[in-house]
Amino acid sequence: MRAIIIVTALLLAAGCQTTPEDQAAAGVEDRSKPGAGKPGAQVQPVERPKVAAVDPASALKDPASILSKRSIYYDYDKFDVRDEYRGLVEAHAKYLRENPKARMLIQGNTDERGSREYNVSLGQRRSDGVKRMLILLGAREDQIESVSLGEEKPQADGQNEGSWSKNRRSDILYSGEY
Amino acid sequence: MRFLLGLLFFVAASQAGAQLSIEITGPGVQRTPIAVVPFAGEGTVGTSLTAIVRADLERSGLFRGLEVPPLAPHPNENSPVNYGEWRSRLADALVVGSVAQNPDGRFEVRFRLYDIVKQAPLGAIAYLFTKDNARAAAHRIADFVYEKLTGEKGVFSTQIAYVVKRGNTYELQIADADGERAQYLLRSNEPIISPVWSPEGRRIAYVSFESKKPIVYVHHLSENKRQVVASFKGSNSAPAWSPDGKTIAVVLSVEGGSQIYLINADGSGPRRRISNSASIDTEPRYSTDGKWIYFTSDRGGSPQIYRMSAIGGEPQRITFKGSYNVSPRPSPDGRILAYVTRDGGKFQVALLDLSNQQVQVITDSDRDESPSFAPNGRMILLATVRGGRGVLSAVSSDGRIRQNLPYSGGDVREPAWGPFIE
Repeated sequence: MRAIIIVTALLLAAGCQTTPEDQAAAGVEDRSKPGAGKPGAQVQPVERPKVAAVDPASALKDPASILSKRSIYYDYDKFDVRDEYRGLVEAHAKYLRENPKARMLIQGNTDERGSREYNVSLGQRRSDGVKRMLILLGAREDQIESVSLGEEKPQADGQNEGSWSKNRRSDILYSGEY
Repeated sequence: MRFLLGLLFFVAASQAGAQLSIEITGPGVQRTPIAVVPFAGEGTVGTSLTAIVRADLERSGLFRGLEVPPLAPHPNENSPVNYGEWRSRLADALVVGSVAQNPDGRFEVRFRLYDIVKQAPLGAIAYLFTKDNARAAAHRIADFVYEKLTGEKGVFSTQIAYVVKRGNTYELQIADADGERAQYLLRSNEPIISPVWSPEGRRIAYVSFESKKPIVYVHHLSENKRQVVASFKGSNSAPAWSPDGKTIAVVLSVEGGSQIYLINADGSGPRRRISNSASIDTEPRYSTDGKWIYFTSDRGGSPQIYRMSAIGGEPQRITFKGSYNVSPRPSPDGRILAYVTRDGGKFQVALLDLSNQQVQVITDSDRDESPSFAPNGRMILLATVRGGRGVLSAVSSDGRIRQNLPYSGGDVREPAWGPFIE
């Protein structure tokens, strides 16, 4: 799975514009099927685009594009972006670089434990970290707003590490999505 | 015989439906037995004033209401008192009175309080009220009785604010201190947190996430309208009123991180940054005298409580015991700091005596949040979780009396106890 993301990121980084049809042709579509995560299943080349002009924003919602991946998850009491999300952040930085009018909202989140207001600050530390990384990668400061939802918008409701690990995250939204 | 006349006015707002109800689970504290004799003629009001007075007094944990059998003739505030007879009924105090309707439709309640042990009248008062405000009149009577018998002001006429979450709907509600007459100020599909009452009780500041980020609003209760007071780039949260009601301390991330700023309560003028750290500084709270701002900071590596001058300056650390101490709330008299401490996996409310640094954990639950002092300092309202549901709980500041406030309508959290209203 992670390898797919990286391959896609590299292809995107190489300037290939892809359509959903292309992605299907590349066989990336069935990455959710059993066995798709095996090494070797992801190294097929993506075909050259058949359509010349594609709205770059369409990639944001294309499930085959890394740009449709919007969540970064964190370890307990940690705020740094883990290595596995580096490709994701780089892809979004590239998108912001290449689309100067694009605007992004990063919402930091925490698990439910502890003070609600202190958790707003901890979530802010997470979203600020992603914002800083995007700027280092060439995005403009005025393109990005980092905010926090604290513990208020959990993805999972359970009171266990399985749920908490889904709730410690930063979510990326583009204008029109918030 | 001289009665003081008081007029009660209230602003009506839409009813919110579900109400808090209160259970006392406190262990044996010496409770003063008091006989509250049903007021002559109170049946005409449609609300039993004396039942509310008795419930208020019992809820304080300091009084036990005695069952009063039918009496003939039924006594009122003018009847002679047979102290020996009330003593034999084990009453330490007695309330008698009457209600009459005036030609303008309003009701007038007159009552008198007696100390049965000392065989002395303690005072008398009268209130005018409309049928709609019968509960408020009863709370005033309870406050009068409480103050005469304990020497402290009662809080029965005060209000509380809190947030109810039902599915994906959030409501900021206010209610009487007994949980009755609940009404909502704001209903939203996004979270609402951190309501705080202005010192005069006519405004509530809170944080709403309705714009996909935290923004601080002030709701004006009498006009039933609200305004944005902090909506800077990034997060805006943790509002706290200055004691004069003119300034709100807020936490902003506009310059990165979470830092404490002062803004004018009407949202005008520039923001003034008063904390300066590369760490988290949040949850500001003014001391009652306005000299200090207590706040939570992780500048020392773990979240601890600090305080600084209310105009900014070098902070001093206040909590030292434990690795997670948050949500500072100075008591109304400034002597005690309530806060939430983590011990193992438990989050509990602790009190720090600021004169001798003694710490006392006053709750036995394990997910306590958002402590809020009653304006007389005697009780602390807090949010906790029981049976997987968010509920409010009240604990006396000596930890001896506990009340649960179960609520059938959803998860309740973020309580804030309002000030005395004159």
